Amino acid sequence: MASFKPTKIQIYPQLGAKVTQDTLYWKNYKAPVQVKEFGAITNIDFSPLAPHNYAVTASTRIHIYGPFSQEPVKTFTRFKDTAYSGRFRSDGQLLVAGCEDSVVRLFDVSGKVALRMFKGHTKAVHVADFTSDCYHILTCSDDYTCCLWDIPNSTELTKYKEHSDYIRCGATSKLNKDLFVTGSYDHTLKMFDARVQKSVMTMDHNHPVESVLFYPSEGLLVSAGGRYVKVWDLLKRGQPLVSLKNHHKTVTCLCLSGNGQRLLSASLDRHVKVYNTTNYKVVHSFDYTASILSLALAPEDESVVVGMTNGILSIKHRKTSEEKQGPTGQPRRQPVFRVFVKGRNCVPKQDDFLVSKSAKSHLAKYDKQLKRFNVSKALDTALESWKKNRKPEITVAVIKELDRRGTLKNALAGRDEQNLSQLVNFLIGNVVDPRFAPVLVTATEMILDIYKAVVGQSSVVDRQLVRLQELVEREIDYQQDLLEVLGMLDTLFASTLPRKEVPCPGNSQPNGLAEVDPGPQLRVA
Amino acid sequence: MVEHTGIRVVHRGGSKINFREPVITSDSRFLLCGSGESVKVYSTSTEECVHDLQGHTDLVTGVVLNPSNHLQAYSCSADGTVRLWDFTDGILIKTFIIRYHIFSIHVSEKHVGVLFVVVPMANEKGSELFQLVAVHLPRSGDPEVEVGELSAVLCDVSPNPGAVSFGTGGEYIAAAKGLQLEVFFFKKQKSYRFSLKSGMNKGINNSFTCISCHPKEDCIATGHADGKIRLWRNFNQKKEYTYSTLHWHHNAVNTLRFTPEGTNLLSGGIESVLVQWRYTQENQKDFLPRLGAAITHIAVSPDGSLFCTSHADNKITIILSSVKVSAIIQGLVKDDCVRTDLMIDPRSKALVLNGKPGHLQFYSLHRDKQLYNLDIVQQEYIHEQGVDQFQVVKAAFDTHGDWLATVEERRQKSSELEINLKLWSYDEQTQSFVLNTTVTAPHEDQITAMCFSPSPETTLLVTTSLDGHFKAWLLADHSDTEESASWSCDFVGGYHLLKPGCCCFSADGSLLAFGFQEVVTVWSPTSWELLTTLSQPPGAVRDLCFGRLSCSKYLLGTSTKNQLCCWNLLTCSLEWNTPMDVSLLQADPFSENMAAFCSQSGSTDLFVFKPSEPRPLFSKKALCTGKVERAIFAPRDQMLESSEEYSQWLNRSQLYFLTQHMDLMTFSTKTEEDRLLASSKQLMVDDSVAITPFYLLLGRHKQQQQEKQELLTNPLAERTPLPQGSIAIKELLDTPAHVLPSASFLCSMFVRSLLVSSSSRSKLEDNVCTP
Repeated sequence: MASFKPTKIQIYPQLGAKVTQDTLYWKNYKAPVQVKEFGAITNIDFSPLAPHNYAVTASTRIHIYGPFSQEPVKTFTRFKDTAYSGRFRSDGQLLVAGCEDSVVRLFDVSGKVALRMFKGHTKAVHVADFTSDCYHILTCSDDYTCCLWDIPNSTELTKYKEHSDYIRCGATSKLNKDLFVTGSYDHTLKMFDARVQKSVMTMDHNHPVESVLFYPSEGLLVSAGGRYVKVWDLLKRGQPLVSLKNHHKTVTCLCLSGNGQRLLSASLDRHVKVYNTTNYKVVHSFDYTASILSLALAPEDESVVVGMTNGILSIKHRKTSEEKQGPTGQPRRQPVFRVFVKGRNCVPKQDDFLVSKSAKSHLAKYDKQLKRFNVSKALDTALESWKKNRKPEITVAVIKELDRRGTLKNALAGRDEQNLSQLVNFLIGNVVDPRFAPVLVTATEMILDIYKAVVGQSSVVDRQLVRLQELVEREIDYQQDLLEVLGMLDTLFASTLPRKEVPCPGNSQPNGLAEVDPGPQLRVA
Repeated sequence: MVEHTGIRVVHRGGSKINFREPVITSDSRFLLCGSGESVKVYSTSTEECVHDLQGHTDLVTGVVLNPSNHLQAYSCSADGTVRLWDFTDGILIKTFIIRYHIFSIHVSEKHVGVLFVVVPMANEKGSELFQLVAVHLPRSGDPEVEVGELSAVLCDVSPNPGAVSFGTGGEYIAAAKGLQLEVFFFKKQKSYRFSLKSGMNKGINNSFTCISCHPKEDCIATGHADGKIRLWRNFNQKKEYTYSTLHWHHNAVNTLRFTPEGTNLLSGGIESVLVQWRYTQENQKDFLPRLGAAITHIAVSPDGSLFCTSHADNKITIILSSVKVSAIIQGLVKDDCVRTDLMIDPRSKALVLNGKPGHLQFYSLHRDKQLYNLDIVQQEYIHEQGVDQFQVVKAAFDTHGDWLATVEERRQKSSELEINLKLWSYDEQTQSFVLNTTVTAPHEDQITAMCFSPSPETTLLVTTSLDGHFKAWLLADHSDTEESASWSCDFVGGYHLLKPGCCCFSADGSLLAFGFQEVVTVWSPTSWELLTTLSQPPGAVRDLCFGRLSCSKYLLGTSTKNQLCCWNLLTCSLEWNTPMDVSLLQADPFSENMAAFCSQSGSTDLFVFKPSEPRPLFSKKALCTGKVERAIFAPRDQMLESSEEYSQWLNRSQLYFLTQHMDLMTFSTKTEEDRLLASSKQLMVDDSVAITPFYLLLGRHKQQQQEKQELLTNPLAERTPLPQGSIAIKELLDTPAHVLPSASFLCSMFVRSLLVSSSSRSKLEDNVCTP
């Protein structure tokens, strides 16, 4: 005796983005914390030392925030004008910052007053950074020059005047103390070697360069400018590797994830995109409320910090493992002692004979009615489930099952005003849904056939029927329009497909059709 | 062409076991049922076939136990004989030749030495009228006896064995036909007829379908086509008979049976629910629902402890008297047509075809046993007439048996066609197929053909449909998402909006051929490029087949206008063609051979050939009557080593085919029969134990040991006098214990009594030496 097979509820494909490992990883952040700064936030830099404080450069100040509090740990305010590019040295002791007034200041992280002032540029300095040996500073300025400074005696070592426009970004190599890269509004990236008096490599980005970034291996270089993010192979004399166009406004900032597997780019279009660095596909994207100027990731991706044009700093912390569980719906009821505790910890002994008991299968309410061939009641329970949780799939599946059994007419007939209006209500809600239309159109036709004799007796049902009619008429119009569009597209496709000759047997055998064309073809992704 | 006599066409299993009512033996250990031309004896506990009683030359039409010896059974057949069998040993005892086409057989304990059989009135096959005759069995020692004496008992009876029944231990016999019930009393030699008013004008068909008499009381239960059961009483007179009506079945009552004590009445019909009515308390009913298919027969064991029901899907269910299923004997399910092709599961080497509605069955050809059913539709089957159900219409395996694709469809009268394409992956853990992807409405019209790519790199499925398109389905691996791999459509193609009828991959999977009505198109499945077109008008292409191994440069096609064409794919030209009405073309997957079944004037011929050679390897005229619907080459588990040229093609594989009458046939060669004969000798086992695979493993081993021991002990066993016979032992056992001497005293005496005296020993040794 076989058991009753429950009605199959069809699973409809979920539209929209697929859930990937990446989405899970990048979604696993808490709600953002927002801090209001005085002006646009142009730079964020994480300290390489353990608490991983971060310096936020906005307007004429640099605030240093701790990893947990929203209040700044420390503030540097000794700037005459807008400060730029506050960056930590690799030992986390010193901080350098450029300024609109062309002076570069070096601070001790624990102090307040600048330790050194480097004067020599004539215009605003947008980039200042330490070299990897910690004794030199690289600065890039709007006077088209970049300089290397010696920290101990605060003297200018070398000045490079190769760019022909503002230099707005630069990066020093972490592996070689002499190498650095600058990006300028003259659309070029230049790589310099401090031991040589001129650039060693020039790459053309085709757009004003806003940000450059070395890969951890420093074999690849990423640059952002315009709407493009480009990757260059430094080991092949700066050959372009890929060009990514995933933003629709200027890309302002680049950043790598902790393990170097993902590249993040922030843009004025208020999005942060996460790329896979093996295939350069976008695996995730974040939305923000305003145009983004700066972006930084804490080591191990513990937090994502984003600075925006409206001066808002948004900080997202990663969820810890307890928080990941989250509140799982309703709180679980405590188990009843006698039922659940008995034998819970019982481990079968060696000689024990295990008697397997087949699990009792529980049928849904509508299945119980279907099993007893109570067709009207089955439809009623299915409609109730729709009223309760608005899942039309179950109701449609039951209607389809009734139709298969040939008893749909019996189930629909013999209803009073309230029952019928509920049914018609369901149809109004779902009959134009393309997933359910084939089933529900049959049911609608049956209802109209059964109840056409009583039309006009109830105002409620009449009103609903009129609504249904309007709905169906509108849907028919839509379909007609869509068919027209489809026809247009077909002609377009047919004209763009090249006609191809198919090799025909050129022998004496008669071949039914000499001229061949592959016909309209359609590739389905 | 030479007809080869060394190869015979033989029936190979899969015959109906539900044709007639099965019989349970009086000890409830065995179940006998007619199966094609033989009677099968099954064990009721292990479901295994114990004996196959062979001897009849035509369909067995009835089996009954011999009322005078419960270890014997009679079987009757359409070949005009009744045979008496010893079913425990599987021996034919006697054959009674009656020379009439026998439709059913009935016996009664009261009538010893008399059989009642239903034969046609006039001795013609086409006769519509039947009579029940009594056959007086002659007492004779010969194994074959001609029966001369036939006396008619009832005229104009139904040939259905369920419509005749003996009542109250054989005092009367009741038969029903149409709207008439006839009761014949043997003592009075008088018959009474009772007829029902026809309900036809009211739209009710109340004709009789089956009948069963109460074993103790005067009561006859009759089943009717409108689902009613009537209980007739007081029928030993013309006038004052009465009947009461029971109604539960909504369709015709197929079968009725009283239990041996008469306490319960069992009935069954198309609802596939076994209904147990309490006699005299008919409002109390027990049900056993969802037995799988319509019940055609019910049988009850003589002691009432077991019931069994035969079902329309070639199944016998054995049910305990507590209305619980205890065992199921399942034969090869053959509907009126096989919608899916015959296939071989590459893993289990089982034959696969559609079985029960909505299922695929896996049938072991070597063991003639159904292995399992795979539920494809996964929907509750409604046992009712006139309900459209989903049917499995196409199925295909990939080369390793990792994937199974099935197509189910339902054609509703009012609305459009519903098609589902399902892809199943093989699960190593459960050793079964698990549903992976369901595609609803994969095509807009019926799917005509479906095949997997044989190349090992890709898992590619191609379907062709009457909507004029073919589609390629690929297994897409979503390794970056949470979901597991699923199938999706990769390419849709067509050719001039013609309807594709068949598709075929080349052996290495590099080419794909479609038959678009009259045109054959060859595509490359890697780039989806149309490589070439071939055609040989007139006539649409019916079947396509690529050659294999050494003949892989050939493509064979058959067309509806009696053409068999062979194209050379290297030159894209026709190599040869012959006028032949090929109904079926089948390639052997293990050699380059091809089998072509040609229907000619009502019968089918077979040609086996290599595409590269003009001469057929083997041909057989008039294989069977009617068309051959399906055929398949099945791999052999053991290679044959036949050197004769005409039978070499059967060395690696075996050709099975299904005829129009749904008989599964195959070819057997001389060497194969010799081998079978040799193995059957080995398999002679002790019949007291049911043969199970376990028994075959251990039993034979034990038997051999026993034989060895017997050989060793035999001389001893003969001469040992029975211990009871010895005076000393008799004394020992008969004397009351309290008067016996001490045990130590008795011990030596007892041991001595067991010793063999030297004189008798020498005598025996003489005996041993002399022969």
